[in-house]
Amino acid sequence: MVVDQGSAEHADRLFHALADATRREIVSLTLTGEHSVSDLARRFPMSFAAVQKHVAVLEGAGLVTKRRQGREQRVRGNADALREVHRLLDELAAVWRGRIERMAAILAAPDPADDKPADNERVDGREHAHDRDRREEGS
Amino acid sequence: MTVIDVKKDPEALRLAITAKFEAPPQRVWRIWADPRQLERWWGPPTYPATVVDHDLAPGGSVTYFMTGPEGDKHYGWWRVRSVDVPHRLEFEDGFADDSGRPNPDLPTTIVRVLLTADGETATVMTIESTFPSSEAMEQMVSMGMVEGMSEALGQIEALLAGAAV
Repeated sequence: MVVDQGSAEHADRLFHALADATRREIVSLTLTGEHSVSDLARRFPMSFAAVQKHVAVLEGAGLVTKRRQGREQRVRGNADALREVHRLLDELAAVWRGRIERMAAILAAPDPADDKPADNERVDGREHAHDRDRREEGS
Repeated sequence: MTVIDVKKDPEALRLAITAKFEAPPQRVWRIWADPRQLERWWGPPTYPATVVDHDLAPGGSVTYFMTGPEGDKHYGWWRVRSVDVPHRLEFEDGFADDSGRPNPDLPTTIVRVLLTADGETATVMTIESTFPSSEAMEQMVSMGMVEGMSEALGQIEALLAGAAV
């Protein structure tokens, strides 16, 4: 399976867009309701042009959509795109869940690293480097 | 249920996953510190890991490869940043080329492991995995491929394809 370039680039835009605190705030504001760019500009200590730039980055990543209403540009958050980031983190969580389940299985059994006199009766059949060392010393 | 909490922080590109084990921290520590135990859980059964070098000291490194069903080998490494036995381990996790040398062109992740005693006989373990950049996103995807998660990834692809339209 090959992840095509377009998908990778899209994910790249998503994460870049979310890497900035102002942009994250714009996303959360516009997810609950539509805002005009000038309304957003009033809420942040920055120029209209600066806010407009942030909105453009978010729009490029698909995190918000923009529409013109009269003389205003209205911005609305795209909940689907945010869900997608969550989904990607879910996939990473699945990797760790698998590892943690395997850890739990190992921990449920006696510790094979325990240095006990019955060491050579190990049930897992694995040989450890120190077993070999010991044997060499003995021979 | 071993996993008791999963926190996703998309803004910080971070995943925190917390699990509880019925074993004290000293015991849980050894599944990280004993290479023979580490290789039993790092890779899934279809991609078992073989640990080549294992030096869990600050500045030390761990190198390993995972062997796929076709005999394909995938190399990786850790660079240990800090160690506090048996409570805390922090390392950089990266990919290596086919000869096992770290590949500087591939992004890395920072993994923090915290072990806290829960009574006398149990441990709460939190693993924080942080992606330093958006490129790490692609790394995550390829990591998933190595781990044989093609089905789940197919869903991501479909999702990304849908969102790109």
